Amino acid sequence: MTADNTPASNETTVLEVDGLCVEFSMRGKQVPVLSDVSFNIDHGRTVAIVGESGCGKSMTALAIMRLIPSPPGRISSGKILFKGENLIEVSERRIREVRGRDISMIFQEPMTSLNPVYTIGDQIAETIKRHQAGSAASVRQQVLDLLRLVQIPAPERRISEYPHQLSGGMRQRVMIAIALACEPALLIADEPTTALDVTVQAQIFDLLKDIQAKRGTSFILITHDFGVVAELADRVVVMYAGRKIEEGSVEQVINDPRHPYTRGLLRCMPQIKLDPVLAAEPLAEIPGTVPDLLRQSKGCSFAPRCPSVTAKCIEMPPMVQLGEQRSARCWLAHEPAATAEQYV
Amino acid sequence: MLNVRDLKVHFPVAKAGFFARRQVVHAVDGASFEIPRSKTLGLVGESGSGKSTTGLAILRLIKPTSGEITFDGRTLGDMDSETFRAMRRRMQIVFQDPYSSLDPRSTAGEIVRFPLDIHALGSNAERKERVAEVFSLVGLRPRQMDLFPHQFSGGQRQRISIARALVLQPEFIVCDEPVSALDVAIQAQILNLLSRLRDELNLTLLFISHDLGVISHICDEVAVMYLGKVVEKAPRHALFRQPLHPYTQALFSAVPTRNPELKGAVKRIRLQGDIPSPINPPSGCRFHTRCPIAQARCRSEEPQLTEQASDHLVACHFPGQDISVAG
Repeated sequence: MTADNTPASNETTVLEVDGLCVEFSMRGKQVPVLSDVSFNIDHGRTVAIVGESGCGKSMTALAIMRLIPSPPGRISSGKILFKGENLIEVSERRIREVRGRDISMIFQEPMTSLNPVYTIGDQIAETIKRHQAGSAASVRQQVLDLLRLVQIPAPERRISEYPHQLSGGMRQRVMIAIALACEPALLIADEPTTALDVTVQAQIFDLLKDIQAKRGTSFILITHDFGVVAELADRVVVMYAGRKIEEGSVEQVINDPRHPYTRGLLRCMPQIKLDPVLAAEPLAEIPGTVPDLLRQSKGCSFAPRCPSVTAKCIEMPPMVQLGEQRSARCWLAHEPAATAEQYV
Repeated sequence: MLNVRDLKVHFPVAKAGFFARRQVVHAVDGASFEIPRSKTLGLVGESGSGKSTTGLAILRLIKPTSGEITFDGRTLGDMDSETFRAMRRRMQIVFQDPYSSLDPRSTAGEIVRFPLDIHALGSNAERKERVAEVFSLVGLRPRQMDLFPHQFSGGQRQRISIARALVLQPEFIVCDEPVSALDVAIQAQILNLLSRLRDELNLTLLFISHDLGVISHICDEVAVMYLGKVVEKAPRHALFRQPLHPYTQALFSAVPTRNPELKGAVKRIRLQGDIPSPINPPSGCRFHTRCPIAQARCRSEEPQLTEQASDHLVACHFPGQDISVAG
């Protein structure tokens, strides 16, 4: 999955999210939690969705799986086209077929996402049995193959073990095995390694890359860490307060971010710096916190925290197109950063 | 300022049966380091490496099994509880989780004031004034004193924790993963606050974290822990420029980075498997089960922490070897 700058127009689009809006009714009001979110994912590619907590990353993933709790939530408009089929309009029965078979998800917490009273073999087999017919022996064989695919040592022994007998990294591998059981076209990974140690995280990343190369699976990777993005993704969607505020290839967004929020996120992350002078400088801060969705203003939602705010920002800026699949929602999107700043 | 010699903390495990052998978790198993006054030592390692236990044992929040801890030239272990209590005024701690480390039924002002009450310092009015003073020091408004913890965001709660640690004007603070539970943008705010306070108040810090980015930002010196032992200790720049222990090298190469300079400099090394159980730590060098350059000697003989370059200590029989070739 080496990044490749050319827009992949000739590749097949697996998923197209178009103008997605989600509302929650809170205290008798309809509160928009996602507004006009659009992006595409091509076959065998990885799109990272980046932002602070509460900006709508996980909500986007849940909307794609149609897992938004309803009520209070509801998809109020937009399209989610999976291989041409609008998932918002399909029946509950059809979406259950899609879930787990065509699109599946890995969650952040491998400790709480597995059922403690079933063996991991049973839990992987459950997904296979749900979506396809087959003898017990053939299902068992598939489970063993999956355990090998996710590089769990001694699969014949592990298949009959319970989640508590496995380490965190091994549990996350089981989660990945469950997600991959039916060879989905799209895998959504919601902060898949946040709960893991860094050496284990590196192992899981290698595994995901390996699977993508072997099977051509597309990934949506939800994260707040631009290091992870640079490691795994081809394209980036940056979200803030329920809106997409910047989109582009990994190189474009990391080397030439056009939205002040993206710049802020890139600068505030403490990084290993070999230069002692750079390392001693204070970190750039994004002042304040993510806005309360109940009290949204009409203007740019980042304006109260933005260092480049102007009078114009009381109006919501449009999504400025800067190239094919390259855009930023800012009045100043055409201007590169004022000073020659280093984001790396 | 602080000197830790051969610190050991062992926890007994519940026996599997009446005749079963009593097992022991070697959480910290012979850790040694010292922190000079107004310096910050970073303690880095994966979960289960014993870094938090070390921090707690220094403050005697956990009783060490053996080892010697001296603070400002005085041995903490020999003190009676009265003297130790007076000493504890000078040593404080900030915990990782800003949600569970604050009493939900006390107001922010009461939480910060509580240490003053315990040590019976100052009159009522003086205590109140001091609390207001630390509130503004950590960037909270004094009128927020009457609010309860749930009314604050995660970052603000961590500011309350820091205020509580600072109210007694300590010289030494253990920061146990103080930013791990916070959002990225908030992490930067709290890290900057801690470095500013350290410089202004001349604090000595033991900064525990698993995040090498955070560690490289705030620490003067870094100690790397693996399975209860310090395996490498060096000034920040020496360590990040040239890690000598194979575990440190592997740890650095595992950090996802967008810095092309680092990407080129650090070759990919992948460790197999997980950190072994601290109940039966491996013989010899504890890292030998996962080490790409392990040899027969590493399985039998435990390497000691020795000085390889100035101030750069490593516990390895083959320090500085290029392990990416072997791996």
